[in-house]
Amino acid sequence: MPFNIYDFTSFTQWIDKGLYDSLPAFWAMIIEMTIIGVAILIFYAIVGLFLVYAERKVCAFMQNRLGPNRVGPFGIFQTITDLIKLLFDELVPIKNADKFLFNLAPFIVIIASFMAIAAIPFAKGLHAIDFNIGVFYVIAVSSMGVIGVLLAGWSSNNKYSLIGAMRSGAQIVSYELSVGLSLITIVILAGSMQLSTIVEGQKDCWFIFSGHISAFIAFIIFLIASTAETNRGPFDLAEAESELTAGYHTEYSGIKFAFFFLAEYINMFIVASIAATVFWGGWMPFHVANWTAFNHIMDFIPPFIWYIGKTAVVIYLMMWFKWTFPRLRIDQLLKLEWKYLLPINLVNVLLMALIVLMGWHF
Amino acid sequence: MEEIKSEILDKEKQEYTINMGPQHPSTHGVLRMVVSLKGEIVQNLVPHIGYIHRGIEKMCESLTYPQIIHLTDRVDYLSAHINNEALSLCVEKALEIEVPERVKYIRTIMSELTRIQSHQLFWASFGMDLGGLTCFFYGLRDREKILDIFEETCGGRMIVSYNTPGGLMYDIHPNFQKKVKDFIKDFKKLLPEYDQLLTGNVIFHERTKGIGILSKEDAISYGVTGPSGRASGFACDIRKIEPYSAYSKVDFKEILFNEGDTFHRYFARMEEMRESMKIIEQLIDNIPEGDYCVKMKPIIKLPEGEYFQRVETARGELDVYIISDGNKTPYRVKLRTPSFCNLGALNLIAKGGKIADLVAIGGSLDFVIPDIDR
Amino acid sequence: MTNEQLKEKILSIDPKVEITEGKQFLTVTLSTNKIINLAQKLKNDEETKFDYLMCLSGVDYKDSLGVVYHIGSSKHNHVIVIKTKTSNRENPVLESVTGIWETANFHEREVYDLFGIKFKNHPDLRRLFLDNSWGFPLRKDYVDDVNIVSK
Repeated sequence: MPFNIYDFTSFTQWIDKGLYDSLPAFWAMIIEMTIIGVAILIFYAIVGLFLVYAERKVCAFMQNRLGPNRVGPFGIFQTITDLIKLLFDELVPIKNADKFLFNLAPFIVIIASFMAIAAIPFAKGLHAIDFNIGVFYVIAVSSMGVIGVLLAGWSSNNKYSLIGAMRSGAQIVSYELSVGLSLITIVILAGSMQLSTIVEGQKDCWFIFSGHISAFIAFIIFLIASTAETNRGPFDLAEAESELTAGYHTEYSGIKFAFFFLAEYINMFIVASIAATVFWGGWMPFHVANWTAFNHIMDFIPPFIWYIGKTAVVIYLMMWFKWTFPRLRIDQLLKLEWKYLLPINLVNVLLMALIVLMGWHF
Repeated sequence: MEEIKSEILDKEKQEYTINMGPQHPSTHGVLRMVVSLKGEIVQNLVPHIGYIHRGIEKMCESLTYPQIIHLTDRVDYLSAHINNEALSLCVEKALEIEVPERVKYIRTIMSELTRIQSHQLFWASFGMDLGGLTCFFYGLRDREKILDIFEETCGGRMIVSYNTPGGLMYDIHPNFQKKVKDFIKDFKKLLPEYDQLLTGNVIFHERTKGIGILSKEDAISYGVTGPSGRASGFACDIRKIEPYSAYSKVDFKEILFNEGDTFHRYFARMEEMRESMKIIEQLIDNIPEGDYCVKMKPIIKLPEGEYFQRVETARGELDVYIISDGNKTPYRVKLRTPSFCNLGALNLIAKGGKIADLVAIGGSLDFVIPDIDR
Repeated sequence: MTNEQLKEKILSIDPKVEITEGKQFLTVTLSTNKIINLAQKLKNDEETKFDYLMCLSGVDYKDSLGVVYHIGSSKHNHVIVIKTKTSNRENPVLESVTGIWETANFHEREVYDLFGIKFKNHPDLRRLFLDNSWGFPLRKDYVDDVNIVSK
């Protein structure tokens, strides 16, 4: 079995060839898709569990306390026990609620984030869907989550949930613009929307350094806008515990609530990995243009570790925001987007186009 | 309790009512507010109180004066020392007793420590209400040091019952002076951390500056005292107007601002913490030797008449009004508590603002619900 | 202003009131229909400027019910006490001073709740802490065998 930790292409080709050789084409395709689906599901679950634990520990250390440390060594089994408890929760049925939509909403949210994970390059050769419109696909698919949020608020038959869902929906739709525009800035620099091309293009220098000013501004805007997209951090008015409305997932309990909760963390992971891929080079190690010896040393660390490390740093940044800043009010949130981020973004796109035309990038 | 009439007040005007019920994470206790809204704008706010009414004034009429001290602790549990001091001063004024200097110094130091710990809790819960959850842990961590000092000397952390008519219940612990000096030194280093976390933060400014403005005339008319009133320009600090205990011997500034918005109500409390530390520093090394208590008769009987004492608690002005008919229990005790009057101004301040501001405004007025209900 | 000057001022506004020197403050006793006039003039006059109502307490003198006002000035820091009474225990009615000092709104509701004294022209006279099944607890003739332990 050819398993090269630096290049998974040989491994995936081996599986592909093995399946297509031994089974009829149709069944080989079905089995292959099932394997990929199950692998991503398992990855999803493990990342979700780990992120919840990481958030609790990071939050605790920032607040001068310890966090979970009883269940298992250093409390690592805490999330699993929480999940088991959620499974035992009573599913309270709502009177006069639209039952079909009420049950459908968490699934839509999970499916949207699941589809977005499929397009992210984890390592060289470990890439489920490699469209030529990769960036566009990710933005399009992750914005389908809004439908789940709005359906959840509406079908709960509860005016507080509706208010929360409306606010959340308005917030997500507004900030998608900024996310899209900041990603377009990098697409201009890279010359292609295909994610594997974008990563390969950062072989000599990560885009955040080669696009200097413009890419840096785009990175900051992307970070702010994506924190707002995922309803996290200082932009979590829609689901805040200490505000009046308890949010769009008030009426959900048990496994359905676990879906919303998990989807929020996975969305954070997706957004962090997009940031790491597009701005910081994805699985590409840190190379400097002509220092071959240095590059050779950097290549020693497997790409998968580079990818996980970069994503972890961005996730830590997002957690840091959440536990430091107070919350923005909904109108201040929307004002920030429409009056400040959007104009800056538009100017930045023009600036990046100028940089690329004039060849002022590294 | 009155019924709430139909929920949609007026279909054409598109007003609706919501209930911020007695159990709510950000009302700091059992306060029920019925808010009528139009979209996001508050049209009218009606507070319903009485969930924790214990009939303290009626109870006082059948208890002796040293027993009433224990009731005043529970009126505003965050200013327990100052409430005890109010009642003790009123009784001493009636009996025309002069307490020793030592008692005055210790009472003042304890009152200022109480003020600091109340403002620390205010900072912690205000930050938490606005979403900066880390503030809660930092504020309470530092408050624990003061509560340790109280526990060593008085036996209780929050409910202290340390003052008594005639002086104090027991003398201070030998470690008291050293611990207080250590606390002041540590807290001076930590207070800039508080400023970095909230006071200087842009998001915090957006949520509090210009929100919930109370003008000076309204503050005087509604009787809003304490840091909330002083942020609007109402110079109501009893420690300056009618100094009691050792306040005439210390030099401190009265914090006054003119803007009257939520940010300045918050900032007034932060500055007051610094002034309180200054007061303690001036007194802690100079506590005179002497008795900790004047010898009182076993049964205290106030001469017939009426007696009135004003003190400055962490929330505002507390007035104790005792009418005595010569018996060992008072005829009537009236406690005019600061949060009760501050609540009256809530409707005025919150009208016309957004519902998300209501939490910030309520937090900045700093209610303690047992203080309102008694 | 000193107590002497205040006494002159009050007598110049309304010569028929009764003024005594208490141990701490000047005490003015008058009947309820004169209070609004006196309070208004005391508030508006620049020399006295009594714009701050510190404390409004209901009292049950055994034969009558009354209210004691402690008012102060934010500018001059002097304090006087005004007392009114009504001997009608069945249906006590006093004038409301909410139009002069807004803080009286909540205080008068509390007095109504605990003593039963109604205030004319009060914008919203409802019970504050208790509901209608309690009588008026702070009255001296209030009897409650279940909750109150009398020695």
